[in-house]
Order: sequence, then C-alpha cells, then structure tokens
Amino acid sequence: MAPTLAVFKLASCDGCQLTLLDCEDELLALAGEVEIAHFLEASSAVEPGPYDLSLVEGSVTTAEDAERVRAIRAASRHLVTIGACATAGGIQALRNFADVDEYRRVVYAHPEYVETLATSTPVSAHVDVDFELRGCPIDRRQLIEVITAFLSGRKPDIPDHSVCFECKRRGTVCVTVAHGTPCLGPVTHAGCGALCPAYHRGCFGCFGPSGSVNLPALIPLLRRDGLDDAAVERFLHTFNAAAFEKFEKESAK
Amino acid sequence: MTHRGSRLLHVGSLSRVEGEGALRLHVHDGTVTDAQLNIYEPPRFFEAFLRGRSYTEPPDITARVCGICPVAYQMSACAAIEDACAVSVDPAIRALRRLLYCGEWIESQALHIYLLHAPDFLGRASAIELARTHRAEVERGLRLKKAGNSLMELLGGRAVHPVNVRLGGFHRVPTRDELRPVTEELRQALDDAWNTVRWVAGFEFPDARVEADLLALAEPDTYAIESGTPTVLRADGTTGSFPVRDFTEHVAETHMPHSTALHSRLDGRLHLTGSLARFAISGARLSPVALQAAVEAGLGDPREGSVCRNPFRSILVRAVETVYAVGEALRIIEAYEPPARPYTEVPPVAGVGHGATEAPRGVLYHRYEIDADGIVTSAVLVPPTAQNQGAIEDDLRRLAQRAIGEGDPDDGELTALCERAIRNHDPCISCSTHFLDLTVVRTSGDASRDTSGDTPGDCHA
Ligand code: SF4
Ligand code: SF4
Repeated sequence: MAPTLAVFKLASCDGCQLTLLDCEDELLALAGEVEIAHFLEASSAVEPGPYDLSLVEGSVTTAEDAERVRAIRAASRHLVTIGACATAGGIQALRNFADVDEYRRVVYAHPEYVETLATSTPVSAHVDVDFELRGCPIDRRQLIEVITAFLSGRKPDIPDHSVCFECKRRGTVCVTVAHGTPCLGPVTHAGCGALCPAYHRGCFGCFGPSGSVNLPALIPLLRRDGLDDAAVERFLHTFNAAAFEKFEKESAK
Repeated sequence: MTHRGSRLLHVGSLSRVEGEGALRLHVHDGTVTDAQLNIYEPPRFFEAFLRGRSYTEPPDITARVCGICPVAYQMSACAAIEDACAVSVDPAIRALRRLLYCGEWIESQALHIYLLHAPDFLGRASAIELARTHRAEVERGLRLKKAGNSLMELLGGRAVHPVNVRLGGFHRVPTRDELRPVTEELRQALDDAWNTVRWVAGFEFPDARVEADLLALAEPDTYAIESGTPTVLRADGTTGSFPVRDFTEHVAETHMPHSTALHSRLDGRLHLTGSLARFAISGARLSPVALQAAVEAGLGDPREGSVCRNPFRSILVRAVETVYAVGEALRIIEAYEPPARPYTEVPPVAGVGHGATEAPRGVLYHRYEIDADGIVTSAVLVPPTAQNQGAIEDDLRRLAQRAIGEGDPDDGELTALCERAIRNHDPCISCSTHFLDLTVVRTSGDASRDTSGDTPGDCHA
C-alpha cells in the first residue's frame, strides 16, 4: 500500500500548504506515490490515521490547538512542521512580547467572544517533531526534498548554513558590502536561494536563524547601514520573532 | 412534523476552501430558522501588532494574512500608505503592479476552478481524484495555475509572499528581455483559459440566486483590479458609489459571538463582493476577448446588462476573468517600457490613508494612520470573506430551505449541498480568520434531539 500523507493546519495563512499545491509539475506524480489521506484544503475525502507522514502548518495559539497537535502527533509516524509559524510561532508570536488582552480589545468589539492563548508557540514546544522545514513561506524545492526523503526513509538534505552562502553560489553581489543595505542574510537560514538580494533588497529573515548566528557582529553593521535601535529590533522581530529573540538575549549578555 | 422535525447534524470541517470553518444550521419544524457560518480560526491580531511598525512594513507583513492572495494585501497596503503620504506612482509602475496582480488572479482563479470547485460538479472529492478520469483537464488547470505563478515569481520573486513589492513600486523592475519567456507561457495560458471556459460551461448548474447587494470597485475605462471606486449594485437594480476613504462609513463591521471574523453590512444590508459582483458592475468594461468568452460561457453580454446572480455559476465568471487576466498580462507586457526608476520615494507624512483593491475574492480595504516619523499608529483591514459572510449565510439558508421544501434530504445530502454552496463563494477563511464544522439543529415544538454523528473531523487520531 502507498504511504499515507496528511496535511494539518493551525494558526497560519495557508501559504505553506498552498506551496504543496503550487508544485504543479510534481503534484500528480506525487499523488501517484502517496495516498493523500487528509488534506482539507485539497480534498473532501478524509481518512482516519495513522498517517505515515504528517505535515503541520501553523502555530499553537489556542488550548484546543494544543490538544489537537497532541492528537496529530499520536496519529503520525513522522511529523514534519512546515513554515515559520509551525517552527517558530510565526508573525503571530509578536503577541508573546505584548499584552494579548490589549490586542484582543484593539481588534474585536467583543473581546470576550475570542479565545486565545497569550502566546503563539511552535509545534515543537508541544510535541516531538521529526523535522522542521523553515521559511515564510517554505520553499517548494525543499518541500519536495523533505517529502521524498521521508518516503524513502532517508534524512532530508537541507543545509543549515546562511543566506550568504546562497548569494555566493548564485553570484549575487552582496547588498550590504556594495550598497550599504541592511541585510539579515548572514544570520538567516538558507532555503530561498537568496531571493531578496537578487531583487536588490536586504534579507529580512523569513527563514529564521541559521545554524550559527553571530548577532554581536551583525548589529553594528545594521546600525552603520542606518537602522536605529528600534529599527534593529523590528527587523529581528517579524516573521520569526520568537526564534531570533533567543539570540538577541544571548548577545545582550 | 416529519420524523426529522428536530435534529442536530454535525460535520467536522469543511474541505476545499482556504482555511477552516464551521456551519450551524437550525431547522425548526421544517423551517430553517438560522444559518451561522462560524469562522473560528484562531485570531492572529494583525491590526494590533501593526501599531508601532514602520510605515514601510505593512506590505510585507499583511501579505501574511493570506497565502492565497498576498499580492492583494501588498497592493491594498501600498495604496493606503501612499494615499496617507499623498504620493502617486508612475504609470509604468502602476502597469507593473497590475501585471503582478494579474499573475495572482490567474493563479488563484485557476486554483479555485480546478482544485476547489470543479470536483463538486463532477462528483469527485478532489482534483487528484478527478485526474483519474479527467487527466488532461486537471493538467491544463495546473498549467494555467503555473503560468500565473511564473508571472508572480518573475515580478515578485516567489508566488507566496512575493519579496519585490515596496512602497512606491518595486525593489527591482524587469527588463523587456526578462519578461519574454513568460510571454510564451501566457500564450499557452490564453488557450488553456479559453478551454477552461468551454469546459466549465458544460457543467450542470442548479438554480439559485443571491439576493444581496453587490459591491465591487469600478474604473471609468477598465475592469478594476488594483484601484477603483467602490460601487454598489443593489438588489433592486439601483446603483451608487462612494469614495474609498468613506469605506468604513458604509461597510460597518459587527462582531458576532459565533465567529472570530467580523460580520459586515453595507449601509445596513447584506452584500456580496468578488467575481459575481465585479462582473455585474464592471462586466461591460471587460476586453473584447473576455466579453466573447462571457457570451460563449452562456453568461450573456454584460454590455447589454447581463448580470449573473447564480452562485453555482460563479465558476463561469471566474473562468471569464481568467481569460481577461491572461489577456491583460499579455497586453501589459507588450506595451512595457521599464520605468526610469523602480520606485517613487514615499516620505512619511502624518495622516490617515485608505486603499482598496480587487483581491480575487473581492474588495480588500486597508486604512492606516501614521505619525510624522512614519510609525503606524492604527490599522484597519477589511477582507472580502468577512464582508461576504452574511451573504453566504443568507444563501445557505435559502438553499437549505428549498432543499427541505422540495424533498426530505437526509443529513448527508444536506451537508453536501451546504458545502457546495459555501465553495461557490470561494471563501478564503484564512483572511477572515478560520474552521468549518457543519451543525444542523432540527427542532420541533419544544423538543430538540441530536441525531448527528461526527463526519469528517479534523484529526482522526
Ligand atoms: S510560515 Fe508564513 S507562509 Fe507559512 S503559514 Fe505561516 S505565515 Fe503563512
Ligand atoms: S533573502 Fe531572506 S527574507 Fe528574502 S526570501 Fe530569503 S530568507 Fe526570506
């Protein structure tokens, strides 16, 4: 029997699971190799677990989702989290640094109708995860690599180095060196193929921190390139705020 | 009363919509007394955390509200902030924005037509299942979708959350040569879009009619996409319009206990935005090729006043809009001369700005207040699905009532009908926040009885 694939969603924008449907050239071939057993965005046929591979998008922001993610784990042989939301809490983790009750009052006329936790946390804060695929959104080629690796029982070949390596490989001129553009490339996980510098903009860290992060060396460069303290903080506090926060604390020591 | 006079039907999650939601239907003595579309995606609080961010950030940040229409968020955010700063961009930049937006329209409409909606007409659970019997058609849909994505990748860097958009324009604009390869793909896409029109025109469409007012942006001489004036075609046939800056005076949001999405009313009445509304309001301004497609699709000629109010036939309008978007993309590329600079400077000015654009799913309005240092002090986002929620509920109530009146559908049949009815409207629940459960409560007299079982749940652990 073909291995079963399931896709689940927590708090997110749907962009990472959409990336699977955006694999137009591979989708039908993939559907021939696996049985898509649970993928609400794509199919109304839903089969019960256990699933061989579950992809989870989104972060945990409600008590109910914390419960759900445990059920998903229990029903999955392999659990892979996809995207910045699922691996780092996503943009919605900005509440972790704020007063969530105040947020609720700003957005809703009846805050009492809205249930939410004070934090947005990655799936790995709740259950064991077999692999975390980064990005906001994830990269299509990396997703195919992860799925095929799990199907064939090997480790996914996803490098842990920084965006800088990808710029060099792509032959892109360094935007910081050449134009003084603030760039998080030196501390950001590879995966996008160094997209932003190729479009003449600095990396804003959508893939989260890379394997080795040296903020004490980077921050003076960001200041030199025109960012004040508040701007540096905003730069690090966006799609992977909760993941970069850890390194900010360390470098403040 | 029938043996089903009173019961509760519960469906775990609605599938083939973007995001997740729930529906509760109350049937009392054979009368549908209430239909509630519950959108209870955990709130993500964009409007709250945008405060304190730099005015340059909302285009990238709000893209993350919805992975299916990120360009719509980027474009409405740019429009609103440029409005606050009293900057208008170069016509060449406007054309490139429209081109990027065409990419999103093509991608998103093809996704909806082939992957979410067509399986309903052919009795399949998914496009993947559909491919077993209609391989060539599904391949055509994927090819069409890919052409939209290619355009977004070329102009935006990637299809989900493009990186190349900034206030005033783009970080980098393409050369004429760089646009050439995508032209080939778009030529094929034009054929594919036409064949899509012909294909969906052969589907069977149940009778139905949305009664809500229709709201879309309108431009004097083009089909509105990246700008326009909010225009209403009321159920009684009268029309009206108002400036974008008055949007929230007309479209008022209220918060209902059953949903984390806000409900809105247009001047106190239900309204629908999206393909049906655009076609009704701007249809006469479609290109000749798209008008021809409309006629061929059986929608009639909008120049002669044809309007489509049957939500099942929205798939036809989407197909026609796809023909339009592909043609429009080819036209823009053909006329393209790279602008002298990729963007216009947008220095911050303290004030309030408003912006609205036509997301594939309908009007998306943004409002920002910024201070003299360019820090956002307040933000309001009104997405299309939140606006449509009331009209969708009304439509569901009517369809369910008719089905109950015409026969005695069992829970499964009623569920299937409701799910189809919701997919007709292409709701993007991610953007209005998410989660679909169907609950039918049927009561008779004072008695209330639960006859439901859990059907497709979220996780069968
Ligand atoms: S990581 Fe980004 S793209 Fe993926 S679901 Fe979250 S917000 Fe969307
Ligand atoms: S360069 Fe950085 S911000 Fe840009 S796509 Fe890559 S990881 Fe994301």
